Amino acid sequence: MAIDTPERTAKQLVLTVQDYSLFAYRAFMNLFTEPRYWPEFLVQSDIIGFGSTSIVLLSGFFTGGVLALQSAATLSQFGATAVTGQFVSITMIRELGPVLTGIMVAARNASSMASELGSMVVTEQIDAMRALGVDPMRKLVTPRIFACISMLFFLTIVADAFGILGGGAVTVFLNHQDGPQYFSKAWESLRYPDIIQGLVKPLFSGYIIASVGCFYGMRTTGGTQGVGRSTIQAVVNAAVLIILVDFLVTRVLLALFPPL
Amino acid sequence: MNDSNAAAQPGQAPVIDGAPVVFHNVSIAFDGPPVLEDISFSVAPTETRILLGPAGVGKSVLLKLVNGLLRPDSGSILLFGEEISHMREEKLFPLRTRAGMVFQEGALFDSLTVRDNVAYQLIVERVPDDEIDRRVRKALQFVELEDTFSLYPASLSGGMRRRVAIARALIRQPELLLYDSPTGGLDPVTSTTIIELVMKERDVYRTPSILVTHRLQDAFTLCTHRFDAEQNKMVRLPEGETDPNTTFLMLEEGRLIFDGSLHGLLHSENPFVREFLE
Repeated sequence: MAIDTPERTAKQLVLTVQDYSLFAYRAFMNLFTEPRYWPEFLVQSDIIGFGSTSIVLLSGFFTGGVLALQSAATLSQFGATAVTGQFVSITMIRELGPVLTGIMVAARNASSMASELGSMVVTEQIDAMRALGVDPMRKLVTPRIFACISMLFFLTIVADAFGILGGGAVTVFLNHQDGPQYFSKAWESLRYPDIIQGLVKPLFSGYIIASVGCFYGMRTTGGTQGVGRSTIQAVVNAAVLIILVDFLVTRVLLALFPPL
Repeated sequence: MNDSNAAAQPGQAPVIDGAPVVFHNVSIAFDGPPVLEDISFSVAPTETRILLGPAGVGKSVLLKLVNGLLRPDSGSILLFGEEISHMREEKLFPLRTRAGMVFQEGALFDSLTVRDNVAYQLIVERVPDDEIDRRVRKALQFVELEDTFSLYPASLSGGMRRRVAIARALIRQPELLLYDSPTGGLDPVTSTTIIELVMKERDVYRTPSILVTHRLQDAFTLCTHRFDAEQNKMVRLPEGETDPNTTFLMLEEGRLIFDGSLHGLLHSENPFVREFLE
């Protein structure tokens, strides 16, 4: 296989960013004009939301647990194990809950969107849909994007709750500390800006997961091998973008709501 | 109908009243040399045009240009009298619903039953369920697959999938039909069944169509037979007679090298046509 020149690679990158921007913009704007496919939205909400609950629940629980384990070891050196609950709840709600949920959902759903739409492209089902007078962007992409945004919001709340619960379980059963103290600290230390930060991030992550997954699926070329390639690109790029956008959103929200 | 015996000259699409498809000097390329160059032809009302050529010559690309699934780099394409080469995708959708298309491998939606595949357009248009069921059964009856109503495409054979795809293309009684290698990869018996269906559509509903194929046998069968509605099967035309509404186009390396009747094709002196026929 010929190696691309840096110039060609740079051009390809710029072209991909441009194509993605136009794709994501069009898919978003479709929500504000007819026709809308609400049954598709409900089906996708079930697949993304209910389907991802178990992995989000488990990853949230064990992340909270490991946070409690790690923090208790460090905090005990300063005699501050009492603030484990505060540490776990703020870290989960502001940062780890949204980011981990985003990455878990990206691994499960960006890949499935890319492979499903990619398979439809290579078997000419997308062309068939267009030939039947139906816009695949409206029928397939827009419902997935809005289902992913709305479901990731609730999945993040589930991950936060189970993360704090996991931290509580470790605190009580492994660290043999006081449970009520853990939960009261976890609750008391929370401020509205923390919750806003934790619930704004999944809106961006949901948009990224579905738009990147659908984008790579819809531009699949090269048969079944191409479907595999699209799936990899979708998951990798969605995960990297989630972390990048998380950084930017955190920066903006910290400027808007400075820590006390 | 264009009935020239000679090879077509670029830029000479005849002007026909009510022609559903007219190509004028159409060219298209994908990151390389042109796939199609300076293609001009038209399809008359009730005409069936058989597009011949070896694999990879641009036949499917030409078919996708007809209903705007691909855009030409230059030239103009008229579909039902409207210039579509620069038309916005949103405006193309209603125009496409007037043309039925049968894809190479059927392109049925895996996740939907045969009923929902055939009724796809009707479901999108929110036609009542009873009406959908009635029309789907009628379309499936046309392709003689009534029993597959509730099955999924995965449980159908290749030939059955093509027949369901034909039923899907016919359900809204289109004004134009586009067949992309409907017999490709099928055994001779199943191929004949598909060609019989194409013939039935041609002779019963008189829908103009473009059929892409590289199988001469299918093309000649369409020309030398007609569908007898009373016997519900195709019958051979008397010796020396051919269907006057079935004509040929032939592509070679992206260029249209023949546009005319079966007689013209058989007596063409173009070396590529001769080689292809032999």
